[in-house]
Parts: sequence; structure tokens; C-alpha cells
Amino acid sequence: MKTIAKTGNEAMAYAMKQINPDVVAAYPITPATEIVQIFSNYVADGEVDTEFVAVESEHSALSACVGASLAGGRVMTSTASQGLALMHEILYIAAGNRLPIVIALVNRSLSAPINIHCDHSDTMGSREAGWMQLYCANSQEAYDSLIIALKVAEQTAVPAIVSTDAFIISHAMERLEVLEDEEVQRFIGEYKPRFSALDLENPKTFGPLDLQDYFFEHKRAQIDDFSKVLGTYNKVAQEYAELSGRYYPALEEYKTDDADVAIFTAGSTADTAKEVVDGLREQGRKMGLVRMRMWRPLPVEEIKAALGKFKAVAVMDRSDTMADFGGPVFLETRGILYDAKKKPLLTDYVYGLGGRNIDISDILRVYDEIEQVVKQGKIDKLITYLGVRGEE
Amino acid sequence: MTPAKASSRKTSFSPMIHSYLRMDERFPHVWCPGCGIGIVFGALIHAVHELKIPKKKLLLASGIGCTSRMPGYLDADTFHVLHGRALAAATGVKLARPDMEVVVVGGDGDMLAIGGNHFIHTARRNIGMTCIVLNNYNYAMTGGQQSPTTPRDMFATTAPYGAIDDPVDACLLASGAGAAFVARTTTYNFVQLKRLIKTALSRKGFRLLEVVAQCPTIFGRLNRIPTPKDLVTWIKAHTVTLEAAKKMDAKELEDKVVTGVFVDREVEEYSERYARLVKKVRNAH
Ligand SMILES: Cc1ncc(C[n+]2csc(CCOP(=O)(O)OP(=O)(O)O)c2C)c(N)n1
Ligand code: SF4
Repeated sequence: MKTIAKTGNEAMAYAMKQINPDVVAAYPITPATEIVQIFSNYVADGEVDTEFVAVESEHSALSACVGASLAGGRVMTSTASQGLALMHEILYIAAGNRLPIVIALVNRSLSAPINIHCDHSDTMGSREAGWMQLYCANSQEAYDSLIIALKVAEQTAVPAIVSTDAFIISHAMERLEVLEDEEVQRFIGEYKPRFSALDLENPKTFGPLDLQDYFFEHKRAQIDDFSKVLGTYNKVAQEYAELSGRYYPALEEYKTDDADVAIFTAGSTADTAKEVVDGLREQGRKMGLVRMRMWRPLPVEEIKAALGKFKAVAVMDRSDTMADFGGPVFLETRGILYDAKKKPLLTDYVYGLGGRNIDISDILRVYDEIEQVVKQGKIDKLITYLGVRGEE
Repeated sequence: MTPAKASSRKTSFSPMIHSYLRMDERFPHVWCPGCGIGIVFGALIHAVHELKIPKKKLLLASGIGCTSRMPGYLDADTFHVLHGRALAAATGVKLARPDMEVVVVGGDGDMLAIGGNHFIHTARRNIGMTCIVLNNYNYAMTGGQQSPTTPRDMFATTAPYGAIDDPVDACLLASGAGAAFVARTTTYNFVQLKRLIKTALSRKGFRLLEVVAQCPTIFGRLNRIPTPKDLVTWIKAHTVTLEAAKKMDAKELEDKVVTGVFVDREVEEYSERYARLVKKVRNAH
């Protein structure tokens, strides 16, 4: 174990180097460009054995990854925002063909208008594609999560997206503990694909026409495989904790034991909220934080257990569903809590779209308001757009 | 849109140029000092002005990239769409409003990599628009990755030992696809640049103008030609006219960029053909 200083992008590139995938195919996009840029230097300097393919679009990037993964390779790529949107149709191809490709992603808003800063609209727009999704709160976690995700993906044959927040994590330098190359290699082990197109003794066809007769059974089987991801994740995260001393649950709770209210959020904002919680506790206000880290598959029982113990919870969503019903985390959490024996009053704060800054005073305000909800025993405003001009 | 007021800023631009720019709303611009994009933008404004194309009839569209930032600064109807998709979006504009003078600008990556498919098919259809490909030999906006036009052995961040791919020739591609007008020039030759934009604007069908331009900040630096002056001089040194090229053999032409007009022919513009079809089908019923 050694301690180094790296930005989120550098940390992810370093994890990729230690994973040493067979193939990386990518197209540059701000703010994720650096990840493959740095990785391509590892390739050029002979530090990895990877075939690096500089393709002409993200559509081609993920398509090349699909080909390489079908051939039995360990495959990774990286992108953000419009790049993920352009990969959209191939996301389904990868998942449907059970190809455990891993994307090191930086969350950035989707156009229009054009914006290069953080929100979660890109990955939240791909929730139904059949990919595992992990949202990281800092560079250390981004490094660790890529290694964990790769192992879970390969064991379950489910592809994975590991993401950080644009610029806030991707470009900010942090202290980081990294494993030795051999430790990472030993941890992830050799990749043994379930099926490979290059098994010449047993030739196979992938992705052919599948109509009313069998399509549904095949989709059902895919959904069934997906339902095993959380269990595998918990096991692999535990193994990783034993190796590194760092444990990452699918859902993280921070100072929630005796709390009446909590914020439920993701990414770097959760780390900021921890500071706020510490400050509130010094004032004797018992408030907590629940951080969603895995949002695909949904850790349903964990969410019920964690949120069920509060009187009120404010979800903080960094994207909107355009359903006129707040953000995706709020919407899905409401669904999860519907049949919970104990459930909190639940409100939603959509915040930080297009990188709008979220600071301690904004988060404090949310805690103040959620405390008010408990006092009144009812919610006045279900969905709030935090810090938008003309809103209040 | 309100016309830009003459700015209070003291600059050496002429008031004519000012009147086409959103000086108060959008300046300062993002481009680096010495970048070739400003030269192409200036030539485009001069051409539009000299041809007396009313601002109301002008539409400037782009995808994403340094070059593609142009529509943000022009005081006319403009749009900035997705990376690589400007020609497709502009096709929609031209079909809906055949009276508009449609101009599309983009970098070599935008037009020939991610948008390469649209490039071929827009040229094939010969829909009426002027397409200016600003070829700075790299993906400048994202930090200098190799693009489809990076010359062999030149450096890019994804080609640290020099590019091994053969580059694509935008003019040959457009000619092969059937474009009505195909020409190439460089930022070194402002007079020819302006003249070729004017010619392109006055032709019908799909008009491609490739402009080899300097990106000193990234391409220049990676290739050890970091000053704008040296890079423009380097561009000039690698340029030959079509006439001169005719007398040179393949070996001599190996590292040269040929400038001039490659195709200039009359075609029936696509939106006219389309309107004719609509009329015919409607009359038949
Ligand atoms: C779908 C998508 N992928 C990637 C990007 C990131 N991106 C922005 S500009 C650019 C390339 C720019 O190169 P070029 O088109 O040659 O224009 P230049 O900046 O050189 O003018 C890329 C890859 C994007 N905006 N959208
Ligand atoms: S990076 Fe290159 S192309 Fe972009 S503005 Fe600067 S000089 Fe021009």
C-alpha cells in the first residue's frame, strides 16, 4: 500500500493501469478525456498490455468494446455525458449479450444547452440499460470502485458504470491510498468468460433475431442475472475491505443511529453533507446522512431499513426525471418505501444541475427545512428546486 | 435577436466586423491568441457582407469543438448542436426554409470522424449549404488527440510516436460523394479564403471548403511549431496550388496539401428537387 496524490481522473486511470485490461477503446470528451489520455500514455510507455483503440465516436468505442468482450477479453472504456448518450443503444447490446465491460465515467450534464459541468442526468438516463451503477464521493472511492466493479461485473456477466462528479472529483487533487499492481491482479484474478465467440471448438452466435417465441425468456434470464449483482457486490466489497481496509457498502449511513431526519443523496455532495452533519451534531442537532452509492441494481431492502427509521428524509437529486415529479432518486425511493412498515415523510430537492454550486449553507437549509417538516408533521412543498433564480 | 451595439471596447476590428458580432453579450471569446479560427470567421463575415446576404437570411450551424464555437459569436440565426450532427440538423433547416443561406462550420473531428457519415450523405444529396471544414489536424478542444486528418508521423496526444494512420482527404471524399463545389485553401491565404467562401456561397447544392488552419496551442506545441507565425509558415511551406501540383509527381506531392477548386459544377439543389416532387405528387391527387 502506498499513499499518493491524484485527481479523480488520475485515480481512475491508475486503477485501469493496475487492472491491465486486454482492450480499451475510447473517444475523448470533457471532463473524462484525461482518464483514457493518461491510460494511453501507460500503453505508449509499455506499462500495460492493452490494445488501445482510438475510434471516431463513442458509438464506435462501445461497439469495439463489445467486439473485444465477445472475443473473451477484459474490456474497459471511459466517457461522460453526450458520450454515454451516444453509447446508449450499445449499452443494451453489451448488457443483453452479458458482456462485463466497465466504464470509468465522469458525470456531466446532457445538452441542450451545452454544459460541461456536473449533474447526474447522463447515468440516470441510462438506468434501464442493464448496467450496474456506482456513484463515487471522492477519488479514493473512484479508484477502489473500479477494481471492485470489474470483479463483480465479470462474476455476474453484468457490465458496470463507475462514476465521479465532473470537475469536483474528476479534476480535484486528493490524497489516495493505492494497492500494489500484484495485489490488484490477485484480487481480480483471471477473467474466464462464460461464453466466448473465439471458442473455436464450440462456435456460437451472439445477438441473433429472437422474436415472440423466446425473446421474453431471454430478457427474464437477464433480469434474473441482474438480481444477483447486489449479493455478489456485497461479497466482493467485503473481500476488498479485507485487502485494503476500505469497505464500501451499496448504501452508506453516516451518523444515523439516533437521528430523526436525514438527507439521502449521492456523489461529492454526500461528502460535503457529512461536514454539515458534524457541525449540526456539535450544536446538538441529531441529524444523519444516507448516501446512495449503488443505484443499479437498487439496494431495495437496504433503503427500506435505512430510511424507515427516520421521521423525515430529504432526497437530494442531481437530475430531474422530467416526469413533473422530481428526480429519479426521489421517485424510486418513494416506490421502494410504499410497502415499508415504517416510512418517513419524504421530500425532494433537485439541485446542482449543470454544475450549479452546492455549498454548506444550501445543505444546512435542507436540514433546517426537513426539521420543520418533522415539527409540523406534514410536507408543505414536495419538490424544491434548490438555488434556482426565480424559484423562491 | 437584437443587433449587437458597437462595443465600447477598444479593439482594432473594423466597425463592419463589429456589426456582425455579439460583442456585448458574448465577448471575450474562447479562442487562443494566434488561432486560425478567427481568420476563417473574419473571412466568412467579409464574404457575407460583400455579397450583401441579409442577416435574417443567414443561418450558421455547428457541432462541437473549438471551431464550432463560432455560432455563439455571430449576430444572426445560429445554432450549436451535438458533436458531429450539424450537417444533419442543417439539412432539416434547408428543407423547411429553402430561402435561408445555410452555412455549417466544424473541425476535422466534428465533420470527418464522429460526423463522417453525415458528411458523405449531405454531399451526396447536394442539399444547398456551404460547409466549411476547418482542418487543424487534431481534436483541439479535447486536448489534441489524433483526428482523421492528422498527417502521417505528426504527433498528437494519442499518437506520441507519430500517427501511423493514413489521413482522410476531405476534398476527395466530398468529390467522390458528388458535391457540387469542392475547394481547399489555408489561413495563410486570406484573399483566396474570402474569395472561395464567396464563390461557395453563390453556388447551388453542397459546397465544401476545407481550410487548413493553425492550432498553435495544441497541434503546434505537440509538433514543436508552437508559435502562430511559425505554424502558418509551416502550413504555407506544405501547400502547393492545383496548377503547380499538376506538374509534380507523387513523390513530390507526398507531404503537400493541394489548394484550389477541385469541383465546380451545376447541380439541381436538393430542396428544389424535393419541392418539385411534392408539387407533382399533390397535383396527382
Ligand atoms: C458525443 C460527443 N463526444 C465527444 C465530445 C467531446 N468533444 C468535444 S469537441 C471534440 C473534438 C473537437 O475536434 P474537432 O472537431 O476537430 O474541432 P476543433 O476543436 O479542432 O476545432 C470532442 C471529441 C462531445 N462533445 N460529444
Ligand atoms: S486550442 Fe487550438 S483550435 Fe482551439 S482555440 Fe486554441 S489554438 Fe484554436
